Amino acid sequence: MSGPLLDIRGLTIGIPNRAGPPLEIVRDLSFDIMPGEVFGLVGESGSGKSASALALMGLNRRPLTTLRGQALYGGQDLLAMPRRSMRKLRGNRISMIFQEPMTALNPLARIGRQIAEMFVLHRGLSWSEARPRAVEALAAVQVPNPEDRARAYPHQLSGGLRQRVMIAMAMACRPDLLIADEPTTALDVTVQAEVLRLIRELCEREGTAVLLISHDLGVIAQMCQRVGVMANGRLLELRDARALFTDPRHPYTRGLLAALPRLGSRATEGRHRLADLDMTIDRNAPDFAATHLIPRGEPA
Amino acid sequence: MGRYVLRRLLQMIPTLLAVAALIFLIFSVLPGSFAGTMTGGGRRALSPELVAQINAQFGLDKPLPVRFWDYLVRLVQFDLGTSFRTREPVIDLIAARIWPSLQLALAAMTLAVTVGIPLGFLAAMRPGSLLDSVTMIGAVSGLSMPQFWLGLLLMYVFALQLGWLPSFGYGEGRLRNLILPAIALGFAPMALLARTTRAGVLEVMSSDHIRTAMAKGDSPAQMVRWHVVRNAMVLIVTTLGLQIGSLLGQALVIEKLFSWPGLGSLMVDSVAIRDIPVVQGTILVIVLWFLVINVLVDLVYAAIDPRISLR
Repeated sequence: MSGPLLDIRGLTIGIPNRAGPPLEIVRDLSFDIMPGEVFGLVGESGSGKSASALALMGLNRRPLTTLRGQALYGGQDLLAMPRRSMRKLRGNRISMIFQEPMTALNPLARIGRQIAEMFVLHRGLSWSEARPRAVEALAAVQVPNPEDRARAYPHQLSGGLRQRVMIAMAMACRPDLLIADEPTTALDVTVQAEVLRLIRELCEREGTAVLLISHDLGVIAQMCQRVGVMANGRLLELRDARALFTDPRHPYTRGLLAALPRLGSRATEGRHRLADLDMTIDRNAPDFAATHLIPRGEPA
Repeated sequence: MGRYVLRRLLQMIPTLLAVAALIFLIFSVLPGSFAGTMTGGGRRALSPELVAQINAQFGLDKPLPVRFWDYLVRLVQFDLGTSFRTREPVIDLIAARIWPSLQLALAAMTLAVTVGIPLGFLAAMRPGSLLDSVTMIGAVSGLSMPQFWLGLLLMYVFALQLGWLPSFGYGEGRLRNLILPAIALGFAPMALLARTTRAGVLEVMSSDHIRTAMAKGDSPAQMVRWHVVRNAMVLIVTTLGLQIGSLLGQALVIEKLFSWPGLGSLMVDSVAIRDIPVVQGTILVIVLWFLVINVLVDLVYAAIDPRISLR
C-alpha cells in the first residue's frame, strides 16, 4: 500500500454558538497516518488532542461538535459517514483505548463477556462461540490465567491488567488503526513500559497503525515514527520523531523539550527551578509562525 | 448466603424489641384509655369502680414495667395478646387482614414498577423530548398530590360519574374492587420510580464505560441492553425497596378511604378505641415487613452488582 490509511484534512472542532461564531477548540488540524505506522500526537492538557481523536470516532459529546474537515479512510469520509456505517468501523477497523482503565470497563459485566462482545458485534458469532475467542484474546495480551480472568469482574483486576483487557478488546478484530488516548497516563511507570511494549508488539504483528496521544514526550519518543505537536487546538509542527527531538523547529516545541527534566542535569539536582513553558500559540493566528506565540493564560 | 440471611434475620430482633418498647411507652403516656372509650361518646361517665374492674381485667392496673415485661414474655412466644374489644387473639385479627393488605400493596407496586420504570427509561433515552417533559411533569404532580385527594378524585370520576368501578369495599377480593385503591396507592411510588429511573439511566449513560461501548461499535439498542439496564437497576432497586417497605404503612389512608379491610384500617380503628394490643400487633407486623424487604433488597443488590459482597 502506498497511500495513507487515514487522511485528516482541516479538522475543526468547536462548540456552536447561536449568537455568534462557534468557539473553536481544535482548528484546521491536518495530518495523515500511513498503514502500520505509529503516529504520535503530543501536547499539553487542553490542547485538543483527545477531542481530535474522539472526533475521528464520532464520539465527542455535545456540545462539542465537528464543525469542518474531512477524515478520509479507504475513500470514505469518517466525519460525514452515516451512523450505521460508522458503527461497523468502530471497534472493528478503527478501535480505541482510553486513559482511565478503572472506569472504561463496565463494572457489572465479566471481562470475558465484554471482550466476546467484539466478536458478536463484528464477526457475527454467538455468545458461546465468542467466549473461547475472548479467552484467546486475553492470552494474546499476556494476561496470566486467561480462563480465570475471563470470568472475573473489572474490580478484581489491577489497573495494568484492565488496560490489557482494553487492548485485548481493541485488538480483537485486528483493526487497521488503534487510537490510544493517553493509554498509560493512569498507570505507574513499570506497568507503563509493559503496556507500551505490548501495544507496539501487537500492532507490529497485526500491521495495525497507531495514533498515540500523549502529553508525555518520553512515551512519544519511545513509540512513534512521526509526531505532531499540538498547542491550543493548533498543530504546530509535524516531523519525523528523530528529527523533532534532535532539531525542533518551532519555538514552542523547543520550549516543550526544554521543560523535560533530565537526569544528571543541574535542574534535577534541586539547585535550579525546573524549566517552565510559559507560552502558547494564539488560537486565532492565521499560521503557526513563532510570531504568534503569546504568554500562557492570556485570552486568545 | 444462608448464614448471611440468618444473621440479618437475627439482627431484626433488637429492632423489633425497640419498636415494641416505643409503642408501649407512647400508649402509656397518651391520654385516654380503653375503659374511657366504652362510655359511648362520654355522655355518661362510668363509675370509678367499673373502670377499675375493666382495667384489672386487662391487667392495666399493674405498673408500666410489669406490664411491659408481661408483654415481652408473651411476645417471644409469638403471642401478641388479646384484643380488648373483640376478645380474640390479636394474631387472628391480623391474619384476617394481612392478605387484603398484601394484595393492595402488590397491586400498587406492580402498577408502579410496570409503568414507572419503563416511563423513566424512555424519558432518559430522549432527554428534553415531549415524552420526557410530560413524564416528569406527571411525576412531580404524582409526588406532590395528597394520596387521599387522588383517591377521592378517582372515586368521583370512575365510581360516581362513570360508574365503571365500585367506590369502596373489598368485594370478597374481586379485581374490580382492587383497581381504584391500587391506583391511588401506587401513583406516588410510580412517580418516584419514574424519576429515579430517569436519573439513574442518565447517570449510567454519562459514565466512561458507555463511551467504551460506543467505541466498540454497539448500536444504541445493544448499548442499552448490555451496558445500561443492569447498571441502572442498581440505583433503581434502592428506591424500589424503600417504596415496597413503606407501602404497608402508607396504605393506611387509602384503606380507610376505600373501606379496605387491611392492616392499616385495623390499626386506625384500634387506635381510636385504645385497643392497645391490636395497635401494637399491627405496627410490629408493618415494621417486620419493612425489615424483611430490606434484607431482600440487599440480596438483590448483591445479585446485580458483583462489587457488593454479602458479609
